[in-house]
Amino acid sequence: MTIQEEKDALIEEFEMFDDWMDKYNYIIEMGKEIDPLNDDLKIKKYLISGCQSQLWLVANYVEGKINFQVDSDAIITKGIAQMLLRVVNKRTPQEIVDDDFSFIDEIGLKEHLSPTRSNGLTSMIKQIKLYALVFKAKSGL
Amino acid sequence: MSIDIDKIRNDFPILSQKVRGKDLVYFDNGATSQKPQRVIDAMSDYYQSYNSNVHRGVHYLSQIATDAMETARDNIRKFINAESIEEIIFTKGTTEAINLVANSFSKVFITEGDEVIVSEMEHHANIVPWQMMCKERSAILKVAKINNNGSLDIDYLKSLITDKTKLIAITYISNVMGVINPVAEIIEYAHSKGVKVLIDGAQAVPHTIIDVQALDADFFCFSAHKMYGPTGIGILYGKKELLEQMPPYQFGGEMIDQVSFEETTFNELPFKFEAGTPMIAEIIGLSVAIDYIQETGINEIADYEHELLEYANSQIKNIKGLKIIGTSENKASVISFVVDGIHHYDIGSLLDQFGVAVRTGNHCAQPLMTSMGISGTIRASFAFYNTKEEIDIFVEALNKTLNMLR
Repeated sequence: MTIQEEKDALIEEFEMFDDWMDKYNYIIEMGKEIDPLNDDLKIKKYLISGCQSQLWLVANYVEGKINFQVDSDAIITKGIAQMLLRVVNKRTPQEIVDDDFSFIDEIGLKEHLSPTRSNGLTSMIKQIKLYALVFKAKSGL
Repeated sequence: MSIDIDKIRNDFPILSQKVRGKDLVYFDNGATSQKPQRVIDAMSDYYQSYNSNVHRGVHYLSQIATDAMETARDNIRKFINAESIEEIIFTKGTTEAINLVANSFSKVFITEGDEVIVSEMEHHANIVPWQMMCKERSAILKVAKINNNGSLDIDYLKSLITDKTKLIAITYISNVMGVINPVAEIIEYAHSKGVKVLIDGAQAVPHTIIDVQALDADFFCFSAHKMYGPTGIGILYGKKELLEQMPPYQFGGEMIDQVSFEETTFNELPFKFEAGTPMIAEIIGLSVAIDYIQETGINEIADYEHELLEYANSQIKNIKGLKIIGTSENKASVISFVVDGIHHYDIGSLLDQFGVAVRTGNHCAQPLMTSMGISGTIRASFAFYNTKEEIDIFVEALNKTLNMLR
């Protein structure tokens, strides 16, 4: 799937839900699906600290694509982070640099990405972009 | 006399709105309270009818504005039973009031090796100004501990006092737990050792009758917005004899007497500490909020809020895995809790979807969280416009929330 197709798929999945409870149950399920990060990766280097919840983001550059791993102490934060990863994981740096994350608005989760929400997700998006820029520069693309 | 809840709810226009399609249940009063129509009207009336800069003007509107502001000052003085209006300093809030004292008191009274005591349960606003001042002046910040039930360890606090101790800065009511500290006892003991006391009264003023003379507090700070008044205005009460010895905190207009490029002399109290144009509309709004509280009756408010607290306690205490943080007997209408294995952010986010506004996180009290070994709590704080029916909605929403997250 292209990055756009993945976003469209997510938007479609969320359109199925009539009420917010189903939507949140789905996010919670996605949060539960993530394999927790090993404790040796839950270190300051990877920590994106929000004042409400904490989030760890690890990125590796393998064969021209970026692999992200994420974890959070809050399940909703983790679920939304997982959604973001579905879109950006195993993409080239250029794809990520060119992308924006406005699809989150379309899903109706904008409030979780507000800078005042302090769950680390806004910083996570910045960090994803930053990783992409760094890997792009390193690979001389 | 008891609370006429229907009338009171009608006085607060914001309460009748829907949030996410549901009736708003506002339990974030510890962060800020809602404002009665009268306060809103008084502020808008000021801008519509007599907006003008105070003190300097000889014209008609300036006179009316000045009178309104100074009448408000006297109303605030009476509200906390201060001796003189010279002891009522307008600040932008509790935080600025504490910063003012940390800055100006210290310049006169704190030297190298002196000690200031705060407690583990303080809001960051009553920690960081002292920490910074102590660093600057090579003074020592000491920390009074709390007991397991959230109450202050009074004996430990007393044991911290030495002949180097100059000031104790302590909260009246914990913003996180609602625990009420025995401030009268602390002040009496401190004074017997020659130590001054600053009380952070931000959480206390909406729930308790404050008599600064009976308490014998040296400084007492509070904010209007937590007591049904506007944001951006707070009060520093200080004993005149201390305020007179303290240098100004900020410099500019209003606070001066004579200015030349060689030298400036300062205005008298309280103006010495009020540089620049004050928050006139907010001061007038605060005064009206005080009238509103007094007409409702602060004892009636306290009794009713206590009823809400007891009811909420009884309704949530049997929820599986739920632990109340701060179980001391002597509490204001605040419940802070954690739930085993579930993050406060998740609970707060889902409660919000149910139209229930609570606060989650560390509540600007990270050292308290650290001492309790938690990362944050969910805090429901009640005001006298809240109802048992709202608590029922909250408890039902909480149960559904926990079911979703488990």
